[in-house]
Amino acid sequence: MPKRSILMFSRNKVWTGYTFSILLLLTAFTLGVTVGSVQVPLTQMLNIFAGAITGDREALDPMFGSIVLDIRFPRVVLAALVGASLAIAGASFQGLLKNPLADPYTLGVSSGASVGAVATIFLGLTIPGLGSFTLPVISILAALITLVIVLGFARMVEKSMKMETIILTGIIFSSFLGSILSLMIALTGDELRQIINWLLGSVSMRGWEYIRLITPFFVIGALLLFWNARELNAMAFGEERAQHLGVNVQRRKFVVLASGSLLTGAAVAVSGTIGFVGLVVPHMVRMVTGSDHRHVLPLSILNGASLLILCDLVARTIVAPTELPIGVITALIGAPVFGLILIQKRKERRG
Amino acid sequence: MLKASRISGGYGEKDVVKNVSFELQKQEILGILGPNGSGKTTLMKMISGLLPCRSGDVSFKDQPLSAYSAKQLAREIAVLPQLHSHAFDYTVRETVSMGRYPHQKGMFAPWKADDEKAVTEAMQQTGVAEFENQSIQDLSGGERQRVFLAQALAQEPKLLLLDEPTNHLDLSYQKQLLDLLKEWTETHELTVISIFHDLNIASLYCDRLLLLHEGETVQLAEPGHVMNKETVERVYRARVHTQSHPELPKPQVTLLPNHGQQASCEITKDHFIITPDHVHMKAPQSLKTLSSAVIGAGLGWYHHFVNRHVPMDYECDDSYQDMVQYADRHGFKAADTVGMMTAVKVEDVVIREYKENGLSVVIAVTAGVGNAVDVSLSHERERETTVGTINSWIFINGKLSDEAFIQAMMTATEAKVKALQNADVKDPLTGTLATGTSTDSALVAATQHGPLIQYAGSITPLGKLIGKGIVECTTEAIGIYRERKRSS
Repeated sequence: MPKRSILMFSRNKVWTGYTFSILLLLTAFTLGVTVGSVQVPLTQMLNIFAGAITGDREALDPMFGSIVLDIRFPRVVLAALVGASLAIAGASFQGLLKNPLADPYTLGVSSGASVGAVATIFLGLTIPGLGSFTLPVISILAALITLVIVLGFARMVEKSMKMETIILTGIIFSSFLGSILSLMIALTGDELRQIINWLLGSVSMRGWEYIRLITPFFVIGALLLFWNARELNAMAFGEERAQHLGVNVQRRKFVVLASGSLLTGAAVAVSGTIGFVGLVVPHMVRMVTGSDHRHVLPLSILNGASLLILCDLVARTIVAPTELPIGVITALIGAPVFGLILIQKRKERRG
Repeated sequence: MLKASRISGGYGEKDVVKNVSFELQKQEILGILGPNGSGKTTLMKMISGLLPCRSGDVSFKDQPLSAYSAKQLAREIAVLPQLHSHAFDYTVRETVSMGRYPHQKGMFAPWKADDEKAVTEAMQQTGVAEFENQSIQDLSGGERQRVFLAQALAQEPKLLLLDEPTNHLDLSYQKQLLDLLKEWTETHELTVISIFHDLNIASLYCDRLLLLHEGETVQLAEPGHVMNKETVERVYRARVHTQSHPELPKPQVTLLPNHGQQASCEITKDHFIITPDHVHMKAPQSLKTLSSAVIGAGLGWYHHFVNRHVPMDYECDDSYQDMVQYADRHGFKAADTVGMMTAVKVEDVVIREYKENGLSVVIAVTAGVGNAVDVSLSHERERETTVGTINSWIFINGKLSDEAFIQAMMTATEAKVKALQNADVKDPLTGTLATGTSTDSALVAATQHGPLIQYAGSITPLGKLIGKGIVECTTEAIGIYRERKRSS
C-alpha cells in the first residue's frame, strides 16, 4: 500500500482546515445573500446588515432590504443550520458505527423523521404545551426510533455489523418508510405536489419561524456531540476497544445516537429530506485533517453549512426562475462520492 | 491482584468457560493456553469485564469488577486486542494518545505533561515513535500490533491482558515484545495475562500457565508441570515430543508430524569412501548422531561423517572454522556433517560389520596411541596435547532412545579401554596401562528405524555387538598403527 498519508495530520493542516472552512463559509454566505434573480451588490449587502444592526432600516433601499433581510438571509441561515446539523450528525454516525458510508440519509433516519414530520403536518398533530415544536419533536422521536430499529435489525442480520450490512438495512428501511409516506400521501389525497417538493427537501420560504424551530436542537445536539468527541475517537476502533480504554460505551453510544437523531429530526422537520450532506462533508474533512473527531465535528459544521448554502444557491439559480429541490443537487454530488468511498474502502480491505 | 473464583459464562445458552479459578500474583506473567474453541478469548473477556460471568466472580484488588466504572477499570487494566481492520485513518500518535483517555479528567480534558510523557515513553518502548505521524492504516500488521501495545501501555495499567500478542509479528518482534513485557513486569510493576497459541513461547516467558480444554481448567501450574507430553497430547490431540530448552529450564514441545518418516535404509561398509585425505561415510539418509567431533558435535541429525587426516604438526587457532571450510571445500555441507580429525593415516581405518539377532552395526576405528594416557593418573602431570588419537564410529541400523545413545557411548568407551589393555598400550609418562589418548573422539549414529532399542548397556544385545566390535576394531587398528611405526 502506498504511504499516502505521511504527516497527514499535523497541526498545520488542522489550522489550514479551519481557516479555509471559515473563509468558505463567509464566501458561501455572501454569495447566498447577493446572488439570485435580483443581484444585490456586496456594498448594499453590508449596508443593509449594518442598518439592520443599528435599527436604521428606513434609510435602506426598500427592495434590496426586503430581499436580503426577509427572503435571502433567513434562507441562507436555515440552509446553514440544516447543512451543519446533517453534516455533524453524519460525522458522529460514521465514527460510532466505524462506517464511512453512514449518514442520516443512508441509515434511513431521514426517512423515519420524514414519516414523523409528514404525519404531524398532515394529521395536524399538536402535542399540548409544545405548540409549533410538536413538528421537530415528533420528527426527532421518529428519527431515533428508526435508528434504533435499523441498528437492531443490522445486528440481527450480522453480529459484526459490517459496513455493507448497515447500509443495506438502511436502504431497506428507507424504501419501507418511503412507501408508508406514499400511502399517507395517497390517503390524504390532495397537496401531492407540495408534499413531494417537501420530501425532496427545500429551505425556501420558511422564514424565521423555522430557524427558531431548529436552532435549539442544533445547539444541544452539537454540544452533546462535542462533549463526546474523544469517546467517538475511541469508538471508531470498535466498541470493545473503547470499553477497554475506559469509555462508558452504553451511555456514550446512546448519547451520540440520540444527538444524531436530534439533529437529523430537527433538520428534516424544517427542510424535508436532504440526502448525502452528512456523507460528503465529513469525508472531505477527514481527507484534509485526519479522523480526530475533536476537529472533524466542528469542521463538519462549518463545511456542512457552506455546502448547503451553495447547493441551495445552485438549486434556485441553475434553472431560474424554476427552483429545483435542494435534495436534487446534494444527491447529484453525494451519490458519486458515496460510490467513490465504497470503492476506496473495498480496495483498502483487499490491499 | 486479580482473582477469579469459579467463574462460568459464555454467549447464548451454553457456558463456554466452566468453573475456572485462579489468583494472579503481582508482577507475574500468566499464560492462557488451549486448543481452538477451548474458551481462552471468552475467559479473557470475562476477566476484562466485557462479558458478565454467569456464576462465580472476578475481583480486582479485593473488589468485584462491577464495582469499578469503565474509566476506573481502564486505569488499572489495559487490553491488547486481536488485530482487526479500522474504518478511519488515525495517526500513530493519535492512536497511542487515546490510551490516556481514562487518565484525562473534565469536559475539556486538558493534555498534561504526564500524558505526553506516558505516550512518548510507550511509543519509544514499542519502537513506533519513528512513524508517529503516519496513518495506522499504512502500517504493516506487526507495526500496527505494536501501536496498539503502545496504546495499552500508555494507559499505565497495573494489569495487561493480551490476546495472542505475537500474532502478525515476526520472530524478532515476538521476542522484542515479550522481552519488553517481561521487563515491564519488573520496572513498572506490571502483571500480565496473555493468551498464547505457541506453547513454546508461552513456556519461555510465562511464570505460570493455565491450560484450558473445552472451557475447563486442565492444569494451572509452572510451565514444567503443564507442558508434559501426556497432557499436551491429550488436550491438543497431536503427537508431540517434549525436550528442554537449550539455555533455560523450560520445556519445549516439538510436533511429531505424520509425514517425513524416511524410508528405511541400512548402513553398510559400502557407504564408506576412503581417500588419503579422509574417511567419508555418506549416509543414504540423515542419521541421529551423538558425538564429540570437531563439527557437528552433540546430538543432531547428520548426513556426512568425515574423519580427516591432518599432518602431525597440524596447528590451527580455530580448528572448528578450518573444519567447516574443509567440509565446504569437499562438497559436504558443514551443517550436515560430523567432522573429526586425526594424524593417523586414514587409509588404515578398520571398518567391520556386525550382525546378530536382527541387529546390525557398522564400526569404524582409526587409532594412534603415541599420545596414550592413563586417565587415573592424568591429574598428576601437565601434558602437552600431541596428536595420536583413537576415533571410534558406531553406526547402528536401529531406533535408539536417548538413553541408549548414552549407554552405547559408555559401552564403546569401556570396550576401547579394554582393547588398549589387551594391546598393552602404556602411558609413556607414567609407564602404567593407558585408558585412551588425550584427544579421543567417539560417535554413535543410528538410522532410527525399526523397533525401539531402549538400552545399550554392556549386556544388552546392542551393547554386546558394540563391545565386541569396538574391542576387535580397536585392537586391529592399534596393530596396524604399530606395524606402520615399526616399518617406518
